[in-house]
Amino acid sequence: MILRLKDPRTLPFHLALGVIVLSGAFFLILQSVAYQWNVAEVWGYREKLFKGWGVTLLISIASLLLSTLVGFLTALSRRSSFVPLRAGAILYTELTRSTPLLVQILILYYGVANAVGLQHRMTAGIVILSLFAGAYIAEIFRAGIEGIPKTQLESAQSLGFSPWQTYRHVIVPQATRQILPPLTGQFVSMIKDSSLLSIIGLQEFTLAAREVNSYTFSTLESYLPLAVGYLLLTLPLSMLTHSLERRLRDEA
Amino acid sequence: MKLELQHLDLALGGKPILQDLTLPSIDANTLALIGPSGGGKSTLLRVLGGLRTPDQGQVILNGSPLPTEEAALRDFRKRVGMVFQSWNLFSHLTALENLLLPLTEVHHLSREEALARSETFLERFGLKEHASKHPAQLSGGQQQRVALARACVIEPDVLLLDEPTSALDPEMAAQVLDLVETVAGEGLPVILVTHHVAFAKRAADHVAFLAEGTIKTHAPAEAFFADPGLEECERFLSRVLSL
Repeated sequence: MILRLKDPRTLPFHLALGVIVLSGAFFLILQSVAYQWNVAEVWGYREKLFKGWGVTLLISIASLLLSTLVGFLTALSRRSSFVPLRAGAILYTELTRSTPLLVQILILYYGVANAVGLQHRMTAGIVILSLFAGAYIAEIFRAGIEGIPKTQLESAQSLGFSPWQTYRHVIVPQATRQILPPLTGQFVSMIKDSSLLSIIGLQEFTLAAREVNSYTFSTLESYLPLAVGYLLLTLPLSMLTHSLERRLRDEA
Repeated sequence: MKLELQHLDLALGGKPILQDLTLPSIDANTLALIGPSGGGKSTLLRVLGGLRTPDQGQVILNGSPLPTEEAALRDFRKRVGMVFQSWNLFSHLTALENLLLPLTEVHHLSREEALARSETFLERFGLKEHASKHPAQLSGGQQQRVALARACVIEPDVLLLDEPTSALDPEMAAQVLDLVETVAGEGLPVILVTHHVAFAKRAADHVAFLAEGTIKTHAPAEAFFADPGLEECERFLSRVLSL
């Protein structure tokens, strides 16, 4: 069999084949609707697209840091023995995870951000996205912490570790291994979700592409680079997730 | 080691685990706690190690009562070595690092001093070639021996062992128990919860029988095994010794 269908080493070849088949199908569909390409006009707006991509990258990096902090603090609060703190953390994660991000963006931007006088769209966008992702990250952290065998914590306690030393030397290093793969996956989602921030007029990548489309009436010439731009950000992270998962599996 | 337990009560989640557990002052180097599962042995050991505070009653170890306040308890724990059934070693650290961490972090030894002491102990425990291995690369018996080395390297006042061999096959269990016998023989006081009654018979100088959250009977080992003086305990002994 020339394709060697059961040989795992042929996976890259089959992936490439899949890309070719998909592109071919896409090309045929465009042929059938006699799509008129107008790349030159969109090229004139390339700077706008690059700038939008840069803004999305910036939002992603800032949200990555802020949402990790939010998630970590929430996970700690949820484990706190101080009940009001725990209740607050539960309410926050449950409400956030049970409502659409788009709804949260609308309420938080036009409602809350307006009320507190936060008019800077970029800051508001980063905060909103971080609060959204933070709720999911909190659950990832919590699962990572709770996955540590109880005897490990008892051992630390019996050795005379303070709670802080236990966190620093036992919980954090052990939970990190468990947490990293799902956390990177969450960051991929966050980069994609940032496109929804275009709804509040934040000049990021998606809004840039939508504007270019409305100036040039060239739908695919605007939106295909949009998809590619997101893939450039998400694919490396996805690959990192897989390699982290593999490493975790090999260590166990 | 002098030990006295005064009317210990402890409930977990509303369920009484220890009930009026009392032991008049005894002087023993190796105390074995035996008895049926769920009798409160492991909980008592955690109380003795300062990991749980009883709701009522007092533990008096070598003449001074166990503290109940957290900061004082932490100081107390630093002078106690503990080994549990399994998963003792920090899985992200090598055997050597498992010994180093408490020495440098809790006992504030210099890195060189901690390293020298840890290597000495690993060698003494026959673990030198395993120093740079992670727990996952060690057999269950080796893991427990490293755990024992970690408990001893801090030079504790007392060693507390909670069924350290229950997860091991007989061959590995024997190796671990030999090591326990060695350190006990060198004069380190040991309190041991064990299913290996034959080992208790050989190595312990005092034995207490726990059931239903209380010490039902206790005696110096020789007298205890000659005649425990309690039918329930005799039945337990004949069952486990006939295995």
